[in-house]
Amino acid sequence: MKLRFLLPLLIFGALFATFGFMLHRTENGGYDPKIIQSPLLGKPAPAFRLISVEDPTKFVDTRDYLGQIYVLNVWGTWCVGCRQEHPALLEIARQQLVPIVGLDTRQDSSDSNELANAQQWLSRLGNPYVATAFDADGRAAIDWGVYGAPETFLIDAKGYVAYKHVGPLSVEAWQQKFVPRIEQLRAGSVAGSKP
Amino acid sequence: MIVELGHFALILALCMATAQAFFGLAGAQMRHTQWMSAVRPAVAGQFVLVALSFACLVYAFEQNDFSVLYVASTSNSELPAIYRFTAVWGAHEGSMLLWMLVHVTWSMAVAAFSKQLPHGLISRVLGVMGLLSVGYALFILLTSNPFERLIPAAADGRDLNPLLQDPAFLIHPPMLYLGYVGMAVPFAFAIAALLEGKLDSAWARWVRPWTNVAWMFLTIGITLGSWWAYYELGWGGWWFWDPSENAPFMPWLVSTALIHSLAVTEKRGLFKSWTLLLAIFPFSLSLLGTFIVRSGLLTSVHSFASDPKRGLFILGFLAICVAGALLLYAWRAPHFRSDAGFAGASRESFILINNALLIVAAAIVLIGTMFPFFIDAFDLPKVSVGEPWFDAMILLPAVPLLVLLAIGMRASWKHADLSKQRLSLTVGITVGVALAILLPAALYGYSSVLTSVGIACGAWIAISALWDPISRWRNGHTVSVAVLGMSIAHLGVAMFVLGVAVTKSYSDDRDITLAPGESAKVGIYDVRFVKIGDAPGPNYDAVEGEVIVEQDGKHIATLHPQKRFYRVQRNVLTEAGILAGWHRHISVSMGESLGGSGAWSMRLMYRPLLRFVWLGAMFMAFGGFVAALDRRYRKVTVRADEPLATSTAPVN
Repeated sequence: MKLRFLLPLLIFGALFATFGFMLHRTENGGYDPKIIQSPLLGKPAPAFRLISVEDPTKFVDTRDYLGQIYVLNVWGTWCVGCRQEHPALLEIARQQLVPIVGLDTRQDSSDSNELANAQQWLSRLGNPYVATAFDADGRAAIDWGVYGAPETFLIDAKGYVAYKHVGPLSVEAWQQKFVPRIEQLRAGSVAGSKP
Repeated sequence: MIVELGHFALILALCMATAQAFFGLAGAQMRHTQWMSAVRPAVAGQFVLVALSFACLVYAFEQNDFSVLYVASTSNSELPAIYRFTAVWGAHEGSMLLWMLVHVTWSMAVAAFSKQLPHGLISRVLGVMGLLSVGYALFILLTSNPFERLIPAAADGRDLNPLLQDPAFLIHPPMLYLGYVGMAVPFAFAIAALLEGKLDSAWARWVRPWTNVAWMFLTIGITLGSWWAYYELGWGGWWFWDPSENAPFMPWLVSTALIHSLAVTEKRGLFKSWTLLLAIFPFSLSLLGTFIVRSGLLTSVHSFASDPKRGLFILGFLAICVAGALLLYAWRAPHFRSDAGFAGASRESFILINNALLIVAAAIVLIGTMFPFFIDAFDLPKVSVGEPWFDAMILLPAVPLLVLLAIGMRASWKHADLSKQRLSLTVGITVGVALAILLPAALYGYSSVLTSVGIACGAWIAISALWDPISRWRNGHTVSVAVLGMSIAHLGVAMFVLGVAVTKSYSDDRDITLAPGESAKVGIYDVRFVKIGDAPGPNYDAVEGEVIVEQDGKHIATLHPQKRFYRVQRNVLTEAGILAGWHRHISVSMGESLGGSGAWSMRLMYRPLLRFVWLGAMFMAFGGFVAALDRRYRKVTVRADEPLATSTAPVN
């Protein structure tokens, strides 16, 4: 039996093993396909310094938010889900629990109107963001591991990603998923500051 | 009562499938003629039983029998009759029954159109198909039974997912399954050849039409899915690299390689063990794709109710089928020897590179789809694998594939002297380059090198594809049906490439707010929002906009985009208003109502040459079908000692 004829079997064997392992982890609750899409969890949030949508002569820099808990919302005017979640974001912004930073992404490299569209969007629909960065070349979205807008990240005071929500955010999801974590982080940072 | 009958028929079908598998495989192994003669009746019996079972489920849906759990969870008494029928495959359980029905239909077809095949071979082929049937039936009965009762019965059903309440849902899943499941036929033929230890040109000639037809259905299924996602989801895109799109795309890529490799095996007696491996792959990847989509390990737009038990069953089934097949392959394939060699420059070489590139493409799709797994399993550094990654990576195999296709079609078998093809190649390249310059300059404006390469390749491939039939026809020769089919399919590739290059580069999207009476520009068109009104539906309430599309003040079309609210599932669906045409699509979808002034946020999309993307794919499918009609696939009768290039491996 020549080895090269065994090769396909070995490759598929490795695939099976991976599948079996994942399935095993799913059943034990160690793996959740929704969370796996955010490999950044518990890791430092990628930094960026990008021009601001509201005023393109200024910059939005993630380092400015170090030391406070904030939310990064990835969106684009081309994204239907973003329009759907927009009223919820406005409502969340009104609560003033944490600042929401926007990251406006383009649909693809041929999309040349996004910046103008985004400005129009914010002025017409209302602006829930303290600042919105314009991701002109799509690098920031790639760094942040964005699968598809809208996605919403919770970043803790040390600049670590604490949670990620995929898809349109609702006020309910905010209350259930984000608010308890924010309170936990705040409590934790008080406890953590003791030593 | 009818429901229990359906359940019972499915259990009987399982018994019949067991008999089919046993008589087919054991009969051929032990050369037991009577056992082998029992195979075809077993196939027929199984077909009748599964069809009966399916009909019973359809009946339960038509009768709104909400004492059946599956009916109660996917249908509703307000649902229009046609969607009550399609709701049969509207969720996991019923779609598996459809899958099985399609499988036994293929088995029936193979049994019916194989009279000229050697008794032993066809018994083994049908035996393997029977074995697969056993797996499907067990899967349905043990983990996904659509006949399960709900006691007490529900007052009304939970309704079909609104996304699926669309005419396209009537044909998309059956077509896709015909393709997916049809890949079991070349799979079964490959297993049979490995068991027999015999593979010759005749074998390749028998497999080719089956592969072509299954491939045609897969192509149509994928195309319909893409088209449907475009107009129903209203995202403006036609391909999202979603796991449920990648699942059928992987077997498509590999079966495309198989179609080409089979040609070499038939014509030249080469690539035998490679062809066998390729025949095993599409079906394996079909099962793998099903596993990915249905086990719930990846999130996707098609969210089937996920259940790890089902995942475990499919994984086990996958392991038995694929590992069994590959083990058999590793044992037997080294005995298959090629009949002849071939020169470096020859059609064989081009097809070999074509195969390699298609496999690379399939591997890229597989890796990209599985990436979230790998990250978790091996704790890899975080990398985002989404649409941009796929779009960029797929170009690596795609661009050389297209260039080599344009040249390779002009190469002859065995030893190709490409200098003799100088005229056709020069014309092809010249027209390609000219078009790549003129088309953007005249119509669209310069975009990028990639756009030009795409347009040039499209034109060159079209010329290469048409050169042969046209020159033969001009010289008074007849063009064989197989060659005609090949030319049509490759012309389809050209149209597809042209469509993708132009629509990817020159699309225009506008997100704007319009009040009645206002208008906006998208591409070269003016879109005017006239008014908004109510448009009630059978199980939803909708508001409908009236939008007029104009060009230089001239009326082009009136569109009616809708925003629907489905009463039972309580969700909102956007139905885009689409103006389709040869040179462009215009689509208007409504976002949100913005206050009392009647203003709405809207998304306007302009998509040049979008139709060519789907039309190209349909040409490919049609070409594959035409090629399968070639006379030589039907006229051949076989004698035991066929003098064709034969190689016999020692059977231990």
